[in-house]
Amino acid sequence: MKEILKIKVNGQSHELLVKPKTLLLEVLRDHLGLTGTKRACDSGACGACTVILDGMAVKSCSILALQADGSEVMTIEGLATGNELHPLQKAFLDHGAVQCGFCTPGMLMSSKAMLDENPKANKQQIKEGIDGHICRCTGYNSLVRAITDVVKGEYKEVK
Amino acid sequence: MIKDFELFTPKTLDEALTLLDKYKDECKVIAGGQTLILLMREGLITPKYVLNIKRIPELSHIKSGKNGVRIGAATTHRAIEKSPVMKKALKVLAEMEKRLSYIETRNWGTIGGNLCNADPAGDPAPALMALKASVKMASVSGERTMALEDFFLGAHKTALKPNEILTEIQIPSVPPRTGVAYDKFNIIEGTVATAGVAVSMTLKSGDGVCDDVRIALGGLARTPMLAKKAEKVLRGKKITDSLLKQAGQKASAEAKPISDISASAEYRRELVKVMVARTGSEAFARAKKA
Repeated sequence: MKEILKIKVNGQSHELLVKPKTLLLEVLRDHLGLTGTKRACDSGACGACTVILDGMAVKSCSILALQADGSEVMTIEGLATGNELHPLQKAFLDHGAVQCGFCTPGMLMSSKAMLDENPKANKQQIKEGIDGHICRCTGYNSLVRAITDVVKGEYKEVK
Repeated sequence: MIKDFELFTPKTLDEALTLLDKYKDECKVIAGGQTLILLMREGLITPKYVLNIKRIPELSHIKSGKNGVRIGAATTHRAIEKSPVMKKALKVLAEMEKRLSYIETRNWGTIGGNLCNADPAGDPAPALMALKASVKMASVSGERTMALEDFFLGAHKTALKPNEILTEIQIPSVPPRTGVAYDKFNIIEGTVATAGVAVSMTLKSGDGVCDDVRIALGGLARTPMLAKKAEKVLRGKKITDSLLKQAGQKASAEAKPISDISASAEYRRELVKVMVARTGSEAFARAKKA
């Protein structure tokens, strides 16, 4: 009953045999060992499992892996360039926007998708961009401050 | 834990309809699956076959023509939210989508999936009903179209036959001097509506008299519903705040809310009074400017 899934993750192509019920999240974590993407509420409510699929932030716990066949996925593991952190990662560190860190990968992926779409996002748009995420440490203000600084251009992307 | 199933991913609608006709009730159609996967994980739905229509190209479009706008059933919420077609009176659909769940869910979830799930409190239904939308369904034996308000038969029950797929949402051209507004009340933004109200109002030229009105309610009965008695209060009358309040009271009387974790039925009855007056007032203001 397994089917072939062709998927590109962080620039690398994979061909895997998966069951139809396998979720995108499970492919990333269990098949590919990319455990940066977190499994938490398992119901599309908390945002911890967010990845970027063909340029869009999506909740990988709520997508059948085979529905992403032929797609390109970016996970938190693909955000940095070599040893150089992404501007959002640097800003998160500087602002203490990482507390326990569990929501951070999801927050970063949604923030990236948001800024790719709207590099000039204002405070309200930033809040809307991450409102699908729960931070159990309630560190929301530092997250908004960190993303705002990236919008302001205080962190440059390494090409 | 999701139970095993067999997945079909047809490339065309015809292929999908043939498969669905073969397996009917044993087969569940998945588009974005933002609710379906949750239900399958909870074991509430255990289909033997799942038919994936997410990427059938002919089901994903937003087309604007002289007869109105047609939206393919597998169009994502986010595509509607960002579509340049959603302007003037249809701006209400973009506003409604923006308050539906979260960006991540809207990026993958579809308008057709939302309607087929038939959540009594879903956001798109009232807004689309106010706009007099109809739905097109297809099976191997052909197509049929019905008014959206007739599509909902009960909580999570629709008029779809086991071999039918919802293919398109059709919104007729909006007459001039029409304003449409949608508002929902929820305690946490992004969650389902405790109550949702959409009002579409068309004015006669010049004098602020309501020529036609549609008032649609979400989360206030077993299905999304039209508040027809409340509409009667406004139709043909000069719109004033006190008249809008009366319409709210009528809507409250004809609504059939239930008590659940978000609110009691009594609370919802109070809520709808205020919301109909407020949303009606907004639709009126928009109609005057249209």
